[in-house]
Amino acid sequence: MSDLDRADEGADTTTEPAGPDRAQYWVAGVLAALGVVVIVDALRLGGFTASNDPIGPKPVPIILGSLLIVVAVLYALDVARGGRGEGGETDGPFDWRTIGLLCAIFIANALVIEWLGWVISGSLLFWGAAVVLGSRRYFLALAAAVVLGLATFYGFAIGLGVGLPAGILQGIL
Amino acid sequence: MDNLDSLIEGFGAVLTPQNLLIALIGVTIGTAVSMMPGMGTAMAIALLLPITYGMEPTQAFIMFAGIFYGGMYGGSTTAILLNTPGQSSSVVTVMEGFKMARNGRGGQALATAAIGSFVAGTIATVALVFVTPVTVSFAIGLGAPDYLAIMVLALFATASVLGSSRIRGFASLLFGLVVGTIGIDAVTGQQRLTYGVPQLADGIDVVIVAVGVFAIGEALWIAARGRRTKDEIIPVGRVWMGRKDWRRSWGPWLRGTALGFPFGAMPAGGAEVPTFLSYVTERRLSKHKNEFGKGAIEGVAGPEAANNASAAGTLVPMLALGLPCNATAAVMLAAFQTYGIQPGPLLFENESALVWTLIASLFIGNTMLLVLNMPMIPIWVKLLRVPKPYLFAGILFFASMGAYAVNAQPFDLFVLIVLGLAGLAMRRFGLPMLPLIVGVILGPMAERQARMSLQLSGGELSGLIGGPVSWVVYGILALIAVWPLVRFVARRRARDREIVAA
Repeated sequence: MSDLDRADEGADTTTEPAGPDRAQYWVAGVLAALGVVVIVDALRLGGFTASNDPIGPKPVPIILGSLLIVVAVLYALDVARGGRGEGGETDGPFDWRTIGLLCAIFIANALVIEWLGWVISGSLLFWGAAVVLGSRRYFLALAAAVVLGLATFYGFAIGLGVGLPAGILQGIL
Repeated sequence: MDNLDSLIEGFGAVLTPQNLLIALIGVTIGTAVSMMPGMGTAMAIALLLPITYGMEPTQAFIMFAGIFYGGMYGGSTTAILLNTPGQSSSVVTVMEGFKMARNGRGGQALATAAIGSFVAGTIATVALVFVTPVTVSFAIGLGAPDYLAIMVLALFATASVLGSSRIRGFASLLFGLVVGTIGIDAVTGQQRLTYGVPQLADGIDVVIVAVGVFAIGEALWIAARGRRTKDEIIPVGRVWMGRKDWRRSWGPWLRGTALGFPFGAMPAGGAEVPTFLSYVTERRLSKHKNEFGKGAIEGVAGPEAANNASAAGTLVPMLALGLPCNATAAVMLAAFQTYGIQPGPLLFENESALVWTLIASLFIGNTMLLVLNMPMIPIWVKLLRVPKPYLFAGILFFASMGAYAVNAQPFDLFVLIVLGLAGLAMRRFGLPMLPLIVGVILGPMAERQARMSLQLSGGELSGLIGGPVSWVVYGILALIAVWPLVRFVARRRARDREIVAA
């Protein structure tokens, strides 16, 4: 076991990944695309100006869009020269499945929160996320979820006046 | 003396049983939340913001002050015990603090961090009392072009000075600025980037941006790759300091404070530089040089004091100019805005009582931390044992609750997950978060100042540059922009000379 650990540590320090991290080109691409979207949206704006506002709402997004495209190009050049970000860990597996499941649970919560109410949808969110993230004590997680849901609803919605929906439990809680 | 009178009135407002209880709750949850691994101070405040929605502004700010110092304190505890800096300003603390904890001196490391934070926080808050009104009287004479210049400097500096890669800083900043333009243009009423979605017309709330990129982004990041890592938690004994530890700590505390506050008070000064400077200074001055790198108490005492003093320092530009210069101040500014309060020079006139109550609560929160929390550290440490699935499920749970509570509309939850995925991508590619959040807040403010300047000059572009203040500010900006070039040339010259000499 300790041998394995040592091998791991050695690997961490020596394998400075060679060559540019090509996935970063996606970032440059997204930045450029965002720049185009911002400029297109700004061009759609009526270019009217008034005496109390000589430039109107147009120039700022156009400047931002142009800068985005410039930064996208520079970014791509930097990546080609082997640049990388601070603390951006590129090695090791990236668990897409967990991310996908978490997003699904999160979106489900957004869809049902008004209908089922925060106590039920929030509890499901917590329970689902805990299970996806590796909890195997299903009942304990469910109990924790329900306690959290009820506690936050009573504490925040009723106690502090934070707006959380009661949903179908309206009148019961 | 006006200030002191107002401050005493502020204390009067805080010192009621109910408000003290609120301060205590703030300190406690601030510590608890930021103790969780992976949670920085800013993230703790962003997550806890919704709790205050039902409160009066005064009470909300008393609670913020508590969360603010509680959050700072919890962050350093995690850093020392887990060897994981929750934020970049804790990086230096970790170097010696974790080694001390390993050598069985964790109690002393935590004690010097806590007492040092208290000393630094108190001195820095006193400095805040005196410096802020001076800044305000300076700021009150500034026109729109000067404000524009200062804001442009703050934006430019957060993107380029902090962090290792300028391009990545600017990428993050521009993304934030674009998010900031979404919504109805305040002057002409035209919709920008809303694509007819009515919920976007008011723009995206800063709280949702902060919770999305900090909290959801972090939770997703850990989910994507954190499962294989296992944190080692070192048990702490009693949290106390011997006579020798006191002797070795008080100097670093004071020097750290002296370094931290001015950096914090500068736009985009940040906490990274002063904590690092403090570390280097203490290593040079120490009589125990050989202990550095193996767990020297000075290396925890100095940087922790610098960190706290700089955090208090950031409140100067935040309150006096409305400029947020670190993530925590950005979230606090967002909190001000949810109450319809605009920080800036007029704040001290319009909301004088509120500001001084906030400052008084900073003192009280800081003291409460020392008195009530230090003996409780061994209990807090148990929080570090919450299993990861529950911890991150809890973050998602509270983040959704907070985001929903902002406007009570499910639409915000979709925005939240999109921003969370953006935060995840930014972590993966090593893009800094701070420029984004500062861009969202300062972008619209800078645009308003620019358009106001042009309005005053009747559309002449020369109106964008005002009096001497803006010339000085643009001068500083030019220096920052040119600096890497100068360094590059200097390095090349030095190399050439070496070659010639050889």
